[in-house]
Amino acid sequence: MTGQPEASVATAAAGPAETGRSAVVCSGLTYRFGTHTAVDHVDLRIEPGETFGLLGPNGAGKTTTIRMLTTLLKPMEGNVSVLGIDAAEQPMRVRRMIGYVPQMLSADATLTGRENVELFARLFDVPRSVRRQRVEDALAAMGLTEPAGRQVKTYSGGMIRRLELAQALVNSPRLLVLDEPTVGLDPIARTDVWEFIARLRESADMTVLMTTHYMDEADTYCDRIALMHAGSIRATGTPGLLKAMLGEHATLDDVFRHYTGGTLDDTEKGGIRDVRRARRTARRLG
Amino acid sequence: MTSAAHDVPPAVSADPFPLLPPADTPLTIVRRLFSRMVTLCWVELRKIRHDRTELYTRAIQPALWLLIYGEVFTRIHAIPTPQHIPYLAYLAPGILAQSALFIAIFYGIQIIWERDAGVLTKLMVTPTPRAALITGKAFAAGVRSVVQAVAVLILSALLGVTLTDNPLKLLGAAAVVVLGSAFFSCLSMTIAGIALSRDRLMGIGQAITMPLFFSSSALYPEKIMPGWLQAISKCNPLSYQVDALRGLLIGTPAHLGLDLLVLVIATVLAISASAALLPRLAR
Repeated sequence: MTGQPEASVATAAAGPAETGRSAVVCSGLTYRFGTHTAVDHVDLRIEPGETFGLLGPNGAGKTTTIRMLTTLLKPMEGNVSVLGIDAAEQPMRVRRMIGYVPQMLSADATLTGRENVELFARLFDVPRSVRRQRVEDALAAMGLTEPAGRQVKTYSGGMIRRLELAQALVNSPRLLVLDEPTVGLDPIARTDVWEFIARLRESADMTVLMTTHYMDEADTYCDRIALMHAGSIRATGTPGLLKAMLGEHATLDDVFRHYTGGTLDDTEKGGIRDVRRARRTARRLG
Repeated sequence: MTSAAHDVPPAVSADPFPLLPPADTPLTIVRRLFSRMVTLCWVELRKIRHDRTELYTRAIQPALWLLIYGEVFTRIHAIPTPQHIPYLAYLAPGILAQSALFIAIFYGIQIIWERDAGVLTKLMVTPTPRAALITGKAFAAGVRSVVQAVAVLILSALLGVTLTDNPLKLLGAAAVVVLGSAFFSCLSMTIAGIALSRDRLMGIGQAITMPLFFSSSALYPEKIMPGWLQAISKCNPLSYQVDALRGLLIGTPAHLGLDLLVLVIATVLAISASAALLPRLAR
């Protein structure tokens, strides 16, 4: 990361830096699998209210970073905090503030949509008095009121993804973490899911952190992005600024190539592999 | 932070930094454990409601044991029973324990399925400590076993076995079934944490169920076993479960205190073991 031109942009959010309570702060975050360094001294700051995209090819370390943030892995070096609370020291408090949608399509196919959401309402200790209402609200926000009484095995991939969003939202999370939210979905379902996420962003005051390797999606939906490659952050900034730095007609693909050394083909390959895996998941679920 | 006794983060407000969730107190930790047990048992009951076929197919095997094996061995009077009760009555609690064992010993398959489907990761990102997740699942297995046990009890009654009608004793028997299933399901989840694959778990499960069953007092009293088998039976939690069930349901002499103590200790140990192995599954 050192030596790379870093484009950082002040966000519109009012003065969060003053209080020192960013939504997410990673400093020197490192994780190794054996001799392979998956995440290599990552520094990252995400401000409250922004939609932040972590971009990179498969194996860039995005998911490992997310897993440390969501308390599933303990950082080997450095630390990560959510709204000022250290994820390794106080995992339970951090978990209560985040909603997480993993890469794989994962809902309990034998339960109904409503039961899936109620399960997470219970696991997040949503008080009984408001539980039913919160479950219905989350389902309605994701346009799933009508099929909520059906078992999830009858759902399409896009519906399962929306159901997962409803599960994550039922706790009104402060930080929504989406790991490759549209992988494995067909183009129509992708747009559909994004519309729901965008609508959500308008109505609720929450921070969204997502990983993706679809440059077009990041360009359209993210306030700021970080390009990750081989375990480290290569550039950070708004999509517009990153593109402008490379010239007038640059696309985010160009930016990506510029910082990662033209590994977009690898990205494509990884992308297809991922799609296959997600498809398998979808088949198993339905 | 501790002064705010909320259990739930407050709703998002205009303040960019509204109250953060308070730190845990011992009370919240205990409450959370019970809440997770209730939640996961609730899920299990919903699943049974959605799909009852497993309930019926799992009733076939105990029915065969009681109808064929039980009836034949009752006629030939080969196995001495305490207080000379009919062998079928002696056998019924053993078969009850066996059907609960069969459910529990393959329960780890569910956790491997959840891991493969990414559900386990999602569960582990909720404020649910590992031990609470395992305990919840263990008791959910218990709930399923109790539902199955009711089927075996009805069958036994139809075959003429005189069972207790004391509701307290029936409740006690349900508790023993839950404890036994909690232990064996944790054993299964521990194996799942080591084997990490459905096929291997199936293989290991198949390999250990029959030895567990035959080395217990489910089919015959300990005193007619050879010495070495008696020793194994004394280490087998299933023997204690069967002993307690017989005492409660049929009224044979039992060591209820010891039985419960062994089952509780075994369950706690098994919960600890599988909770310790859970991160291996979620990796």
